[in-house]
Amino acid sequence: MTLDKLLVIGAALFCCGLYTILTRRNAVAVLMGVELVLNAANINFVAFSHYVSQLIGGQIFAVFVIVLAAAEAAVALAIFLRMFATTGTVEVDMADHLKG
Amino acid sequence: MIRYAYIIPFLPLLSFFVNIAVGKRLPRKGDWVSLATIGAGLVMSIVIFFEVFRIYDPNFKYHVVVPWLSLGDRFVINAGILIDNLTAVMLVIVTLVSFLVHLFSVGYMHGDPKYSRFFAYLSIFSFSMLGLVLAESFFFIYIFWELVGFSSYALIGFWFEKKSAADAGKKAFIVNRVGDFGFLIGFLILFAATGVLGFDEVFLGISEGKIGGTLLTLAGIGIFCGAIGKSAQFPLHVWLPDAMEGPTPVSALIHAATMVAAGVYLVGRVYPIFTPDAFLFIAYTGLITLVITATIALVATDIKKVLAYSTCSQLGYMIMGLGVGGFTAGLAHLTTHAAFKACLFLGSGSVIHAVHSQEITEMGGLRKKMPITFLTFLIATLAISGVPLFSGFYSKDMILKAALLFGMKNPHHMILFAGALLTAGMTAFYMFRLVIRTFLGEPKDHHKFDHAHESPPSMWVPLVVLAGLSFSFWYSGWFGDLIKKPAPVIPVVASVSAPTPAGHPGEAAAMSHAGEVQHASAVHGSAGPTAHAEGGHGKAEHAAPASQGEAHGPAVPAGHGAGSAGLSAAALAEAEGHEDSHEAHLDHVAHIWSMVLSVFFGTFGIALAFVVYRFGWINPEKVASAFRPVHKFLLNKWYFDELYEATVINGMKAFSRALGWFDLHVVDGLVNLCAQVGVWISYLIGKFDDAVVDGAVNGVADVTIGSGTIFRRVQTGKLYHYVFVLAGGALIIFLIKAF
Repeated sequence: MTLDKLLVIGAALFCCGLYTILTRRNAVAVLMGVELVLNAANINFVAFSHYVSQLIGGQIFAVFVIVLAAAEAAVALAIFLRMFATTGTVEVDMADHLKG
Repeated sequence: MIRYAYIIPFLPLLSFFVNIAVGKRLPRKGDWVSLATIGAGLVMSIVIFFEVFRIYDPNFKYHVVVPWLSLGDRFVINAGILIDNLTAVMLVIVTLVSFLVHLFSVGYMHGDPKYSRFFAYLSIFSFSMLGLVLAESFFFIYIFWELVGFSSYALIGFWFEKKSAADAGKKAFIVNRVGDFGFLIGFLILFAATGVLGFDEVFLGISEGKIGGTLLTLAGIGIFCGAIGKSAQFPLHVWLPDAMEGPTPVSALIHAATMVAAGVYLVGRVYPIFTPDAFLFIAYTGLITLVITATIALVATDIKKVLAYSTCSQLGYMIMGLGVGGFTAGLAHLTTHAAFKACLFLGSGSVIHAVHSQEITEMGGLRKKMPITFLTFLIATLAISGVPLFSGFYSKDMILKAALLFGMKNPHHMILFAGALLTAGMTAFYMFRLVIRTFLGEPKDHHKFDHAHESPPSMWVPLVVLAGLSFSFWYSGWFGDLIKKPAPVIPVVASVSAPTPAGHPGEAAAMSHAGEVQHASAVHGSAGPTAHAEGGHGKAEHAAPASQGEAHGPAVPAGHGAGSAGLSAAALAEAEGHEDSHEAHLDHVAHIWSMVLSVFFGTFGIALAFVVYRFGWINPEKVASAFRPVHKFLLNKWYFDELYEATVINGMKAFSRALGWFDLHVVDGLVNLCAQVGVWISYLIGKFDDAVVDGAVNGVADVTIGSGTIFRRVQTGKLYHYVFVLAGGALIIFLIKAF
């Protein structure tokens, strides 16, 4: 395993996440895409930490991101619940009230 | 005391302010304030007069000035006073008559609702007149000249509730303004030429040749125009008879004794500036006035109108006297006339007060009822008629002598003497007509006669004083010694001939050789001979015939060589030497003849008056009907008022109408045109505003809306659009970085 391969895996994961965000209309699915993007970033953190620096800052940062992602998922799911309660759907296309 | 002379005018000014402000609330309504101040002025004037009299110097002059107004460095107007013998005499005349008139008014105006205002006006008049007398420059004499005009206006129109009085006041003021305008022009000409305003400075400027010839003549005539207005000379005499609408004391003070004499005083004061031509103009103005107004006085039946026309006539005498070179004569008549005419007017006031009428047709027989008034009136009448021993004889005789002397030297001007002599007869006639119809004979109106009574002492005391001053012994002797013709200042070459010390231009008669030189130059206006005369008597002899010849040809260049500046002293002295003996002879002849003739004409006039009105040998009505057109012509005052109505007033009205039309059509048209143009311009500006300014504003709004419409599409609200743009942007940045 070299750094290059790990970075390719990260980039592939990022693209999957981005693709999911762009194409899925269900808010929960979009949230899952965001999780993929975050985890792609985590892979990069850990990989750079392991191969470039001899310290474990990257790993610690990855743990922070996981915690952050959990908090984010909690907040986002709460918003979706309220959205579902008011509009009866979690389709992100429907959430266009701010459109000019 | 003479050092404090400047205080005299301010005393009446003080009482004016007191009376106008609080007069009504003072005890006796403030008449004593005016009386006290003018009385103090009288005492001071008499003291000054005796101080001057004790010096007894014809050339006495007290002259002080202080800078009053500086306009830059070059031009300073001085305030000051000038007291010479003439001023000293005038001070006494003015304060004396004014004081007596104040005293008379206490009785005459008793009970008038505007009593204290009357005294205030009298005071402001006294102030102005005293200021005029003391003035030492054209500037100040003009100021006081206008002030007396104003006081006169206020006092003529004192009973302004009467329309006639208000109209008379306006007439006096406006007619006077005509003359005053000439005065203004006259002294401004002098000012323009010499750059100074003081009398002495101007005289000096003239003697230095800064002004001369026709321009000086014009300036003199202009200044004389002021005298024409103020002294009621033809053709501006029309205001004086109307001015009789004022209270009678006012007529006595202003329109007989002092203000109307101001014109004569002015001519006397600026005597040296007049050129021979101006003198001729003055003399003939006086002649025309004295004859015309005397003829009107012949038929007038209003006691005050008779006196008013007689005043005009006597002023004509003074003016003519000054014009023919009788400086002393004119001013002597001014002095004596002030006393006896004030007496006559106050006497008429006393009569009017008693019978409440001014028509002599309603009077008669008042002698018994009013003995003091009658006696004083009679004395003054004798004085004005020129009866020997009375003051009028002394002064009128001097004028006649001067006129005769002038006529003897210039035979074609003999008419001056003839007219004056004839008028002396007329004066005696109409004055005695007045006395006879008022005081003698049987009363015409018994009701009024029974009502009549002698006036209170405050009214007859002034009469007695003035009648006492109507005797000639008060004046003879010193007056001729002290009031002497001022030395000529007009350079001989510049103006051809000044009034020489020996007398008047042109008087140097053709007997002596040097005299002939002068005569020729004076009469014919040639500049040449005077220069020739410079080598003395011998040369002058040669020059004489030459000058006679040249006189009719074109003017000769004014002299040659250094001596051209004037007749040299030697030649002048020589000329005088020859003139003196001849002059004395002429003077003597003129004196005898004028005295004899004036007494004769005066007696004839008096006798005729008695024949017609006392004895009834000639019926005046029959004479009047026999000469009906003439009588009517005189009764209508030569139709002067109608003439002025037709020419000046209607001309002015037509002119005003033309101006009104011009204003209505041309000026208003222009104004309306301007307004129309304004409307048009506003319309265009409005259009611009609508199109361009509003267009710009709306354009900005439209662009904003349009661009908003376009760019709002970017904001879809779809999350994946934003993310797509985000990702695309990141990709582009990545690509740019990568390559």
